[in-house]
Amino acid sequence: MSEPLLQAVDLECERDARLLFQNLSFSILPGTVTRVEGPNGTGKTTLLRILAGLNDAWSGELLWCGQARHQNRESFLRNTLYIGHRPGIKPLLTPLENLRALMAPRQPVPDQVLLQALAGTGLAGYEHVPCRNLSAGQQRRVALARLLIADEPLWLLDEVFTAIDAAGVQAIEALLQQRAAEGGAVLVTTHHDLDLPGMKRITLGGEVNHER
Amino acid sequence: MWQFFHKLGSPKWFFGIATRFMPWLLAAGLLLLAAGIVWGLGFAPKDYLQGNSYRIIFIHVPTAFIAQSIYIMMASAAVVTLVWRMKLADVFVKAIAPVGLVLTFLSLFTGAVWGKPTWGTWWVWDARLTSMLILLFLYGGAIALDRAIADEKSAARAVAVLLLVGVVNIPIIQYSVEWWNTLHQPSTFKLTEKPSMPAEMWVPLLLSVLGLYLLFGWLACLRMKTEILIREQKTRWVKELVLAGRG
Amino acid sequence: MNAEVRPVIKPATASVGTLAAMLAVFSRDVRVAFRQRQDLLNPLLFFIMVVTLFPLGVSPEVAFLKQSGAGILWVAALLSVLLSLDHLFRHDFDDGTLEQLILQPQPLFLLILAKTAAHWVLTGLPLVLLAPVLGVMVHLDGNSIAILCLTLLIGTPVLSLVGAIGAALTLGLRSAGVLLSLLIIPLYIPVLIFGTGTVAAAAEGAPVAGYVALMGAFLMLAVTLAPFAAAAALRISLSNS
Repeated sequence: MSEPLLQAVDLECERDARLLFQNLSFSILPGTVTRVEGPNGTGKTTLLRILAGLNDAWSGELLWCGQARHQNRESFLRNTLYIGHRPGIKPLLTPLENLRALMAPRQPVPDQVLLQALAGTGLAGYEHVPCRNLSAGQQRRVALARLLIADEPLWLLDEVFTAIDAAGVQAIEALLQQRAAEGGAVLVTTHHDLDLPGMKRITLGGEVNHER
Repeated sequence: MWQFFHKLGSPKWFFGIATRFMPWLLAAGLLLLAAGIVWGLGFAPKDYLQGNSYRIIFIHVPTAFIAQSIYIMMASAAVVTLVWRMKLADVFVKAIAPVGLVLTFLSLFTGAVWGKPTWGTWWVWDARLTSMLILLFLYGGAIALDRAIADEKSAARAVAVLLLVGVVNIPIIQYSVEWWNTLHQPSTFKLTEKPSMPAEMWVPLLLSVLGLYLLFGWLACLRMKTEILIREQKTRWVKELVLAGRG
Repeated sequence: MNAEVRPVIKPATASVGTLAAMLAVFSRDVRVAFRQRQDLLNPLLFFIMVVTLFPLGVSPEVAFLKQSGAGILWVAALLSVLLSLDHLFRHDFDDGTLEQLILQPQPLFLLILAKTAAHWVLTGLPLVLLAPVLGVMVHLDGNSIAILCLTLLIGTPVLSLVGAIGAALTLGLRSAGVLLSLLIIPLYIPVLIFGTGTVAAAAEGAPVAGYVALMGAFLMLAVTLAPFAAAAALRISLSNS
């Protein structure tokens, strides 16, 4: 059994005087895909934002590689990739420029690799078209191109399949599985019926929040 | 130490303590303020330059003084909010900000009333008046920001950041306003209390400052209690308290 | 399943330097701004129009303009920076770029410093460059114009830096623009006073080096403190969204 990358102990979050979840404990192990599920408004996105370090209105404990996350913030941030509902794509920039700007503070990547990643998400030929002229699905793909280059061990992906067509969904599913096989850890929220072999689940919105 | 700190952070504990102390604060405050004002307005000697009109300082100075110190108190509480996330600090800031605003306005108003007989005009761009006007803006901004953010905790923390930025700026603002004042009006009549103020003048002044402080303490407790009741309305102790009050 | 396979945890020391990350933030903002050139022009046009209002609304007399010109230009510059501040974080907030910025491993306040620097280069600096033309139009003499430009050169970065705090605090709120002005204008007063005061002192023939040095001190203070406050404010605003 390998050591968990991220561990949540008794997480509790209250939003607008409403309790979203409490006593939520789970571990994210290397080599796993975990799906956060639950009906609308149960705090899936909030949980992901808490895990990513964006939302700090929570109580409980978060451990990164066995140590308190807030004491290892830099290591945590460097080793975690978060792609949110709003993925950070500038409509005025081209896919290549966007990808370059997103990667620049994290790891130096030559343009050739970026272009390959864009081609890998089906954006070949669109590299130099401003993103606002692309469809919603294509814009989303620009953000997901990061997954083809990213070397962060932990991925937190919010609504990763939104606006993606059937072929794209299959490709992403395969990518997530491959990532787990390589030893990465992936946490996703989605409304899409994701069911990968060996996938773990965190269910929100029930009376008892449990880990399976 | 930690236990005390923890207690201090508990709204319920504060509610009890405040209820016990408030009558004393009110009585002592009223007494001192009344003594200071009656003495100052009725018995203190006339000023040889300004005659009787100077007597407004017994109201003007306490309001101005406390209006300024409330901002400092709020900024101190802001540190507590940001560092220790103590609920009571948020409640304190929220409760006293409007009091600070009103006192700042009162000090400006009494300053203007004083200006009329002294300078022959309601408003003079005097360094102190201008600084107080800017303080009024700072209070207004903090209250507006608090009202604009729906989430209570975020509002408290955002206001705390603003207050700290404000408190760093206050000395700079005062310094620059004074410099600006000397640049434009080389020799204004100074509104300051003269250092040679006789005891019959400064003792009543001191009394009214102390009295107003105590009254402010009472008002702060009252407003904090109200705020606590609103915030903790879902807790059992508040429900029990309200039911007991009704029955 | 792959219990024996473990990803490599990268060391906590930066693999991309802070300076490189700051440069990336700066150049992206500049690039985006040049894709939308009209947005760059708007604060400048506003600056010119506000200055135009004074001769029209108060008096076109040379004596009045000579005396008030520096003040008018400073107030107009201040207002146009204020107007542009709403955009500083708003677009980044809307498209999610800001979330990514906060999650970068480099210190957030330095990345914000880079963003603010871009904001100044795109709005403050053009105002400084335009000021001599407007200075001539309000009949300032050459020396006054030079001093005015110097004070604007030191003062407008302070406006951007302090303004960043307000922009971060009001992010995502309704009617953020007006609220931003309410919060920030009181904090702009010292810069305005020393900016115009220095020009006035120069017009009277007084030495101004001390005042300029003082404005430099304001700038240093703003550079060291404002990004911290803005970073704290951004975290609060994003945590709430």
